[in-house]
Amino acid sequence: MIGIISYAAYLPRYRLNRMNIFSAMGWLNPALIMNAAGEKAVAGYDEDAVTMAAAAGKRCLQRFNPAELGALYLATTTAPYKERQCANIVAGALCAPEGIRSADFTGALKAGTSALLAALELSAVNGGKQALVCAADCRLGKMGSLQEMIFGDGAAALLVGGDKPIALFKGSYSLSYDFVDQYRGAGTVYNRQWEERWVRDMGFEQFIPEAVTGLCHRCDLKPSDFAKVIYPCYFGAARRNINKKLGLDPAQVEDDLLQESGDTGTAHPLLMLTKALEEASPGDKLLLVSYGSGCDALYFEVTPEIEKFNHRKRFSDTLAQRTELDNYTKYLTWRRITPVELGLRGEEEQVTRWSMAWRSRKAILGLQGSRCKQCGTQQYPPQRVCVNPDCGTIDEMEPVNLSEKGGKIVSYTSDMLAATINPPAIYGNVDFNGGGRAMFEFADCTLDDLQVGKPVEFTFRIKYYDPKRDITFYFWKAVPVAKEVS
Amino acid sequence: MASGIRDKVAILGMGCTAFGEHWELDSSDLLIEAFRECIADARIGKEEIQAAWIGNHIDEVNIGKGGCYLASTLHLPFIPVTRVENFCASGTEAFRGACYAVASGAYDIALAAGVEKLKDVGYGGLPDSPIFGQLSRLIYPNATAPGLFAQLATAYSAKYGVPMDKIKEAITHISWKSHQNGAKNPRAHLRRAVSEEQISSSPFVAYPLGLFDCCGVSDGAAMAIVTTPEIARRIKPNQEPVLVKALQIAVSSGEEALYHRWDGASILTTRIAAQRAYDEAGITKPREEIDLMEVHDCFSITEMVTMEDLAISPPGQAPDDILKGFYDLDGELPCQSDGGLKCFGHPIGASGLRMIYEIYNQLLQRWPEDRLVKNARLGLTHNLGGVPHQNVCSVAILGL
Repeated sequence: MIGIISYAAYLPRYRLNRMNIFSAMGWLNPALIMNAAGEKAVAGYDEDAVTMAAAAGKRCLQRFNPAELGALYLATTTAPYKERQCANIVAGALCAPEGIRSADFTGALKAGTSALLAALELSAVNGGKQALVCAADCRLGKMGSLQEMIFGDGAAALLVGGDKPIALFKGSYSLSYDFVDQYRGAGTVYNRQWEERWVRDMGFEQFIPEAVTGLCHRCDLKPSDFAKVIYPCYFGAARRNINKKLGLDPAQVEDDLLQESGDTGTAHPLLMLTKALEEASPGDKLLLVSYGSGCDALYFEVTPEIEKFNHRKRFSDTLAQRTELDNYTKYLTWRRITPVELGLRGEEEQVTRWSMAWRSRKAILGLQGSRCKQCGTQQYPPQRVCVNPDCGTIDEMEPVNLSEKGGKIVSYTSDMLAATINPPAIYGNVDFNGGGRAMFEFADCTLDDLQVGKPVEFTFRIKYYDPKRDITFYFWKAVPVAKEVS
Repeated sequence: MASGIRDKVAILGMGCTAFGEHWELDSSDLLIEAFRECIADARIGKEEIQAAWIGNHIDEVNIGKGGCYLASTLHLPFIPVTRVENFCASGTEAFRGACYAVASGAYDIALAAGVEKLKDVGYGGLPDSPIFGQLSRLIYPNATAPGLFAQLATAYSAKYGVPMDKIKEAITHISWKSHQNGAKNPRAHLRRAVSEEQISSSPFVAYPLGLFDCCGVSDGAAMAIVTTPEIARRIKPNQEPVLVKALQIAVSSGEEALYHRWDGASILTTRIAAQRAYDEAGITKPREEIDLMEVHDCFSITEMVTMEDLAISPPGQAPDDILKGFYDLDGELPCQSDGGLKCFGHPIGASGLRMIYEIYNQLLQRWPEDRLVKNARLGLTHNLGGVPHQNVCSVAILGL
């Protein structure tokens, strides 16, 4: 049978306490205080839906071989490109084979579960071949809006297939409604919403019970049969009403994570599912429901395999890896909501030469280097002539995926001169574990976190953004870690 | 068997503009100014120059590509003119072209020029350009020169166990020394003596480098006319000619950037070019034999590690030598008697020739008492282009 064989969550490290938003914007909209509790996860200045999806995907594929993937689906409503398949960028970052099926699922907040359903059904007809679903969002509300308070950034990834699932897929029920509670036009960056009371009473409170009831009817179950019911809903009162309507015990209902991460859009139901899987026991029935332009309800049953699953606490881990972003204007700058002065250096032309990037796609997207078959030296970017001065063999190289290897810091600095919206630029030389060296930018750290010899791991990030051509270009950075990557 | 160019080439004349912020001068003005001094010093006519080389790094900002700019600025009469570019070592690269032309016997008299107009960039520091090619922009950090050189300090500290505070103290002394020397030099860009406290408390540019650890970004030009020792003695019978004892360039092989052996606390090319130059010049004890040096102090930390890379200070002991004044103007081996890149300034393409200009005039004992290195007979220039992990290093040795 088909089911989930791995899962991972990714929350960006930075968390913005909502009182920071209120302190800055409460003058405009005093009612924001109603939603000012807790904090929201904020993508770093070099993160977006694609990088967060890749981060979740990378964690999800730990101890799995990307070569076995048959499909990779990305769900997001905040893709950096309207035309250019972002799933392929994620696939490149994860070193997935090129002979896979890929697709971007977008347009609705239920796109995450739609992608999951598509992956499960594809795997079912493909003899259990693995399919990876990554969902991520990085939505924006206008300054001083309810959305700005509620939205958080994050990602989740689920690997599905037929080989020893930790949770079997047992059934689904979908609803599709053109119910326009929230929307974002093709040419805008901020969400708009119709009256909250209508969204709450005629949206969440109607559709989620309808989906749950529909699934129960189809699968001959009662809501009380489920160990956990997982659904996003940012109205506390509506959650109470929904639970009551369905006869759900509050202990049965997964936490909405609003205080911890905020509503992460398409990723949110899947993110909540990773938390549920972290805590689930064999035999538990889980009901996953998405919301937005309708609902998908998916029913899973946890298997004993979950007890053998390597490193279950992937949600708690990413939640715990946090740094306070205590500066609201920094958040605005990172999200390019307000322009800042970068000086003339920041205006220098950066032309993206796509034919060049294509030739080096595996090196750039996948951090693929070469390893000399003669002397074993790893080298990045991939070389044809071995760089080892004692070797020098020509054209005897094999590819090596360096993104999964860690490294160690050789030298570092923190640079106030480099033009960046997040000064200082922090970078240095890094030796890959197993040999070879390259200079990397360091991510998610300050100068104080760096030390010669300190281990790092690699993370897929935005390399630069070209506003003139609307190009987001990606590459890898090094993140200092406490423990060496095995 | 190659024998090198030791004693095969003499410097006949040199010129150098004041370096600084020449808002009113073009590259052509700077070249003409250096040329007037140079040709007067050489005591020849323009028509006697048979070939020329021009070193310039950032062609986008001023002189463009090719050799035409120099030829048409000086209206050189249809002689071969070649533009060379090898990062900040471009000036020495031009000098090498001219020297090899003479040493080979192809020409009797050749001109080497270097020029850079940095103050038309629009911001401080060097302009942001893909110096290692377009692909590097897609991969490597959006780094700056100070950030790349600053890493020498963190790696040096780790390698030798020298605390960052002591490194900061040593590099502060380096900048203090350059300001002391620059203050005495009417052609230097920065001519103000500053206190060590002012230096060490300046704002960080790239940890641990502060503003005063970074060299001046300047406009300027420098030039040399070279010939054979015989012709030099004929034209200037009463002057012992300044001869090229060695001229070596070493270029990174990619080992530093890609292979895990280099320590990051030194410049590999400097070590190699220096050894080759000492061999060419017949120097076995550089610390004792060399009388003065002009090194590529683009950043104070570069000068610090260079003292070891040139095998003057023993490994791990450059900070001690520096702090005890070994390299001061009145020390055992004066380094940067003209103020160096730090205070004389750094118009990239001109710097290598400016260093040679200083050594040349010191050897000829032309400078006033207060900044003269008395009885100097052997001088070294070290001109580094690129960044610690990927660079071009030239070492020239000049002597009487």
